[in-house]
Amino acid sequence: MTFFEIRKKAINIMMFTLTGLCTLLTAGILFFILGYLVVRGATALNWDFFTKLPVPVGETGGGMAQAIIGSGKVLFLATLIGVPLGFLGGVYLNEYAGGRMAFIIRYATDLLNGVPSIVIGIVVYTLVVHPARHFSTFSGGVALGVMMIPIAVRSTEEFLHAVPNSIREAAMALGASKWLAIVTIVIPAALKGIITGTMLDFARVAGETAPLLFTAFGNDFWSPGWNQPTATLPVMIYNYAISPYDDWHRQAWAAGFVLLMLVLILNVTARLILSRGSFMPRGAV
Amino acid sequence: MATGPIVARSRALTPWVRARSFLRHALTLDAAAYTLTLLAATTIFLITLLVCYELYIQSALARETFGWKFLFTQAWNPITEKFGALPFIYGTVVTSAMALLIAIPQGLGAAIFLAEMAPPHLSDALTFLIELLAAVPSVIYGLLGIFVLVPVLDNFVVPALQSSLGFLPIFKGVFYGVSYFSAGVVLSIMIIPFIVSVSREVLLAVPLDQREASMALGASRWQTTWRVVVPFALKGITGSIFLALARALGETMAVTMVIGNTPQIKVSLLASGYSIAAIIANEFTEAAGDLYTSALIELALVLFAVTFIINGLARLLIIATTKQGAQA
Repeated sequence: MTFFEIRKKAINIMMFTLTGLCTLLTAGILFFILGYLVVRGATALNWDFFTKLPVPVGETGGGMAQAIIGSGKVLFLATLIGVPLGFLGGVYLNEYAGGRMAFIIRYATDLLNGVPSIVIGIVVYTLVVHPARHFSTFSGGVALGVMMIPIAVRSTEEFLHAVPNSIREAAMALGASKWLAIVTIVIPAALKGIITGTMLDFARVAGETAPLLFTAFGNDFWSPGWNQPTATLPVMIYNYAISPYDDWHRQAWAAGFVLLMLVLILNVTARLILSRGSFMPRGAV
Repeated sequence: MATGPIVARSRALTPWVRARSFLRHALTLDAAAYTLTLLAATTIFLITLLVCYELYIQSALARETFGWKFLFTQAWNPITEKFGALPFIYGTVVTSAMALLIAIPQGLGAAIFLAEMAPPHLSDALTFLIELLAAVPSVIYGLLGIFVLVPVLDNFVVPALQSSLGFLPIFKGVFYGVSYFSAGVVLSIMIIPFIVSVSREVLLAVPLDQREASMALGASRWQTTWRVVVPFALKGITGSIFLALARALGETMAVTMVIGNTPQIKVSLLASGYSIAAIIANEFTEAAGDLYTSALIELALVLFAVTFIINGLARLLIIATTKQGAQA
């Protein structure tokens, strides 16, 4: 072997080792995050965390029960707003729209998807919070709901697109009208994908903090109804993490652990379902 | 379904009959389903429009008061009502640039390994793990930033940097932990998954015969990857980087928690600074006075405009490469 061949081989091995190291390092970060949150968070977790309200500064103990309920309410409302709108929009894009109209709607959806979450928070503040003159669970739900729309549209459209046209044609050849074919044949065929897409969408906004700072705001007490400010888990983590109190830090870790587990479990479940899916478009979600 | 001929025939009939047949057509479930989905799609379009409109209108006061000067002045004084965005723009740009500097080599390296080297099953599993990183909420990155990254930087990384590269102005000064540097590192970890995931897809879309042709000429696998596959996919890779950049620019919580929140411009990366998203997060709820609020909304408008442009470019680049791959 000549010198050049040896050098070529050596560079080949070296570079691929380096890229392998890059991969290991990147994947390793996930394990580090997971491990660290389990160690710090799971040990800080206790029953009080889920059942008690925060206690005043200086006292130890207490929990984040109101933030867990608050997050649940905000996310419920967000799903109620974002998923149906996004789903119907996705059906329109794939089943009805054509040409310029489809381009415009798709473009608007992509644009909305790229808007930084804090900007969505500001817009919802000016539209909902400011006219009502108070922060509320409702406005938090609207903010996260708007954030859920683009991914709901995208995943609905992609999974409907993956349903073969022959199935539509077969349904219509048997006498089904277009909407009947869509509702009874096309959507059920894509349903698994659409549901997992919704799970991923939900997981994404479950951890959102920035838009809730000026909409749901925060609250150390229970927030009945939809018209009062409410605590949410992500905002509590933020406020507790930047506070100077050790006991609050401990609770921030506990809340971080709960939030991370929720998000990761949703993600892993959705992706496991998808990997066994029938009509799975590549890179749909 | 049978309405077609009726409508056609009705052209010759009186307006009343035509109206009735139109109604009958519009009241079918088919038309209702169409209208419902069209309505949803239009609503989405209007929401997007409303976001742009609100930002533009609500920032009018600040735009009229300060003009373009807003972007180039440093003062940020709520009491004298003098507002300039430069320290925040600077902080956003510096931290994002630093994040890219770390994330591009590491992310591209990982994407190359996953697309060119790893066996498909291993590649899929590792990609799955890396994509999960993108799902970790940003407030958790901030939490880890404050309590893990900052102490590590303070005890190990910064002393090493200062003893070796301390002569550079960017590494001068005292390190208090919260800084551009910490924010840049946190951001880099947050954007790597986007670079890896999209770049890997783009690399996989490069046609096999490109690789075979190169190998047939005697090139090693690395030479093939670096001189044939990567250049072929370059547009898409650039697109993935832009996508990551847009994320970094708009990222709020993690940056707010580690950048230090000091409205100043410092050459040293070890100094504390501020970013556009961070100042909005910190001051928006406390902003007293219309001009103050309006100035913060103008910052949001700036952020929106920049991410809009960068996302648009990213999309064009990624579409261009995947099409190229499909044609070749």
